[in-house]
Amino acid sequence: MRIKNMAQNQTQSTSANKKISTYLTMIVLIVMALAITALFIAAYTYMTALTVEDQITSGVFAGIGLIALVLSVFLLFQSKRQTAQIKIEVPKVMTTIECTNKGCNTKTVREFQRGDYVYKDLDIPCPKCGGKQMITAIYKEVKEKEKTYNV
Amino acid sequence: MSLIPGSDSITQIISLLSYVFFIVLIFYGQRIQMYVMIREVENSLHKLKHIKEEGRKNAIDAIKEIGKPSVDPSARVDRYLEYFTIGPQGMDPAGIVNKLDHVLDVRDERLKEEVKLMAPSSDEVQVNNLENTLEAAMALNFIYKVVRHYYIQGKKTLSLYVIMQLQMILPMVMKEADAYSNALKAFAYGQPIGDGAGPLIAGKLMHGYETRKLPKDCVMATVPLEGRTALIIKATGPGGNVGKPGDAVEAVIEENEGKIGLLIMIDAGLKLEGEIVGEVSEGIGAAIGGPGVDAYKIEEKLTKYKIRNYAVIVKEDIGDAVSPMRKEINDSVDKVIERVKAVIQERTKEGDKVIIVGVGNSIGVGQ
Repeated sequence: MRIKNMAQNQTQSTSANKKISTYLTMIVLIVMALAITALFIAAYTYMTALTVEDQITSGVFAGIGLIALVLSVFLLFQSKRQTAQIKIEVPKVMTTIECTNKGCNTKTVREFQRGDYVYKDLDIPCPKCGGKQMITAIYKEVKEKEKTYNV
Repeated sequence: MSLIPGSDSITQIISLLSYVFFIVLIFYGQRIQMYVMIREVENSLHKLKHIKEEGRKNAIDAIKEIGKPSVDPSARVDRYLEYFTIGPQGMDPAGIVNKLDHVLDVRDERLKEEVKLMAPSSDEVQVNNLENTLEAAMALNFIYKVVRHYYIQGKKTLSLYVIMQLQMILPMVMKEADAYSNALKAFAYGQPIGDGAGPLIAGKLMHGYETRKLPKDCVMATVPLEGRTALIIKATGPGGNVGKPGDAVEAVIEENEGKIGLLIMIDAGLKLEGEIVGEVSEGIGAAIGGPGVDAYKIEEKLTKYKIRNYAVIVKEDIGDAVSPMRKEINDSVDKVIERVKAVIQERTKEGDKVIIVGVGNSIGVGQ
């Protein structure tokens, strides 16, 4: 019963989505049509311009037309682009291995392997002194720089 | 009659359309604004759905890979994702902490049993890791369902304010969802997470010393530190586990008949925007999150025996807390240990007993 209700909800939501999509698309298309008309008028006015005033008018029409056209195209493709952007990034995790001998400072960094954990004693001896090795750190490095706001 | 004197017919049509458009905006502006908001929420909802489904898939893959079940665990996972917990009735608040504690114990037990049934070949560490993986998937499922609920409700009622509230909190919700989706992989692989800063520090202090088990799912080691006796406590690792530090601290204080010079709690603390990840900060009080049961138990004992308690936190945001540990957090370990040593030297006498608790999830951190 619950599953049935949920399915109904999902169906409702899909049909409503289409309705909203059509509504928004209509508005965007009207703006686009107005923009194109404005661009045509701009071109026509420029070609038949006799005075400087006519040239300014054509410039204004061209500006308005271009802005409206760019905005409407942007709105139209925004949702498609956003859906395409969905991806889950898996960060690179590193494991640091150190020799437990106090005099030996051997340190190895390799990619994380399943079964690694911090403070795990490893069976592989230190390549330098043959001593015991231990995992001392497991971490991910965040490459992107955080934006600073100077406040 | 012309709208703009001296202009041609096309310009007049444009002007007329502009007026119409302006009038439409006056009457339907709010509704258009709402549709734009709905569109934004819709996009985020699609992303949430994708993250949620990816989370479910990852959890099922991890169970299949680690637990080697004889039957497909998908149906059981779906049932697990829908589990809920009903908190105790609060009309008469006396004794509510113990009731909540009991509810949480039952929940934990039930979820662990479910994981064991789903993944029969897994050992205790893997069961804990899988439980954490499923809990992250459960959180994603819940976030998606709540957002979907308000989205559908907003559209049904066409209420700008329902949609507006949802749209306003969406950036934070999406951030949390991203964090949980990162956590899923970390839990499945058994990688330490940002919340494990406390256990990582406690683990470093107790490494090489004999440990013993404490209630519940915690370990303790007695370590000489700056001429004092440090009783170091952390959740048992390396499986995904936060233990019950409240019970552990309670037991240790009672064992020592309250003769404890100081209690220091080390935990990951939420940073504010603008603060640096891995920054170390010091304060007073029980540094422990969760539903409050452990904090209550610790505070009760501290008050009974008049024990001072200090807190040291490593700052990070919610995303860092549940995703694989960042290098900055890992690098703060030595800074925290220095702080702890300084506090012990300044606030206690030689020969005193000090409890140090590393609070947090011990996933990927041994002892």
